[in-house]
Amino acid sequence: MPNYRELLQQVKAEIDEVDVTQARELLDAPDRPLVVDVRELDEWTEGRIPGAIHIPRGHLESRIEQASPDRAQSIFLYCAAGNRSAFAAKSLEDLGYENVVSLAGGYTDWKRSGLPTELPRTLDGEKRQRYSRHVLIPEVGEEGQLKLLDSRVLLLGAGGLGSPSALYLAAAGVGRLGIVDDDKVDASNLQRQVMHSTSRLGDWKAESAKRTLEELNPDVEVVPYIERLTSDNVERILADGWDVIIDGADNFPTRYLINDAAVWHDIPLVHGSIYRFEGQATVFKPGDGPCYRCLFPQPPPPELAPSCAEGGVLGVLPGIIGSLQASEALKLCLGIGEPLVGRLLLFDALATEFSEVNLRRDPNCPVCGDSPTITEYVDYVEFCSGRPAHA
Amino acid sequence: MSRIRIPPMLRGDVGGAREVPAEGDTVRELLFDLMARFPGLRPQLVEDGDIASYVNVYLEGEDVRTLDGLDTSVSPGSSVILLPAMAGGL
Repeated sequence: MPNYRELLQQVKAEIDEVDVTQARELLDAPDRPLVVDVRELDEWTEGRIPGAIHIPRGHLESRIEQASPDRAQSIFLYCAAGNRSAFAAKSLEDLGYENVVSLAGGYTDWKRSGLPTELPRTLDGEKRQRYSRHVLIPEVGEEGQLKLLDSRVLLLGAGGLGSPSALYLAAAGVGRLGIVDDDKVDASNLQRQVMHSTSRLGDWKAESAKRTLEELNPDVEVVPYIERLTSDNVERILADGWDVIIDGADNFPTRYLINDAAVWHDIPLVHGSIYRFEGQATVFKPGDGPCYRCLFPQPPPPELAPSCAEGGVLGVLPGIIGSLQASEALKLCLGIGEPLVGRLLLFDALATEFSEVNLRRDPNCPVCGDSPTITEYVDYVEFCSGRPAHA
Repeated sequence: MSRIRIPPMLRGDVGGAREVPAEGDTVRELLFDLMARFPGLRPQLVEDGDIASYVNVYLEGEDVRTLDGLDTSVSPGSSVILLPAMAGGL
């Protein structure tokens, strides 16, 4: 049996090592390898090679496929002195990775040579504790949580769909939530709009939402917009800068308006709608799938599209659809998973059945098609009224 | 015989059923057969003598607009979903 020294020599003979000069060239090259720091958390927080990702040696085998599913991807490993990364390189080669190098001399040599380093942003102790269940998920981790804290999500409607979405996004630590709603809390809302409460009857929903969400998580800044989204204010509201929009509106004019705005501003739009026992959800991602107008080129006549106020809705249904919207928004903020792009998810609470239909971008779509014919905001109320737009 | 899933806002016209049978070789035939069985649906689905453009029809999960439209042929046992736009969110 070899001892540690002998084993290290044996492993180093089997892997490819580079010194700091070669490392510099590799990292400056246009096809830069994936740089993986395999040290422990306390070492990583004291400084790293710029652009590196952190996978501690102990988690390397289980997490590398997430970071680099492609076995042909070049990977550059380093630790403090080049020993742990040598063993790490051997493990990756055993896993089938074809282009792995280890930095001889490690971060110590890198830093001593005066090469650039950076201090990684990290969560402070309090945040690390609050978001620990996110940090534990390899797909999220500390980097992902920091991304969420930097993310900005705009919610249309602080009602049935907006309540669960906003609660979960705030709990998740999405740093800034905009809430557009011009309504006040009414007793008939409380059967499903769980962000409000009996003591808030008569309050602006956007203000009530701000109080609930900031109490849930003080890391979150809530921006209330006590107004109805219109062609006149949409540009001002979008100018505040949003990464994702969640559509939980209760009327067609707002849904067509926010669709057009989202396409023109290239912002993913997470759609949800509900009626009685059934809900729909999808993601409209500009340039990567259809938009709302591809799905519904024409609104139905008003008498065929009753609202929840007219037809009713099971209180928990928006809880399910709104939570799905929050889940999609978090994935979009994190850049992980397969968002509901090009798929419309249908949920039937009575049958307890999820189904999906495929959606495709319409090349003739007047807004996101190849030759758009609508390029500025229209009169959305008139468009949805069933009356012709031009007499 | 195919099965057509009826959206909640139209169920009042089909006696409350979630799914009803209909017969036809094309999507159009299927929908007109459906309306012959449940005449109350006609004003909701027909515009200018043909199936209204705001009615979304999915055959085995695919929008018939991306197939041959209302002329898309239907084999027996197919499942069709009528999908209305729903505005509700609050």
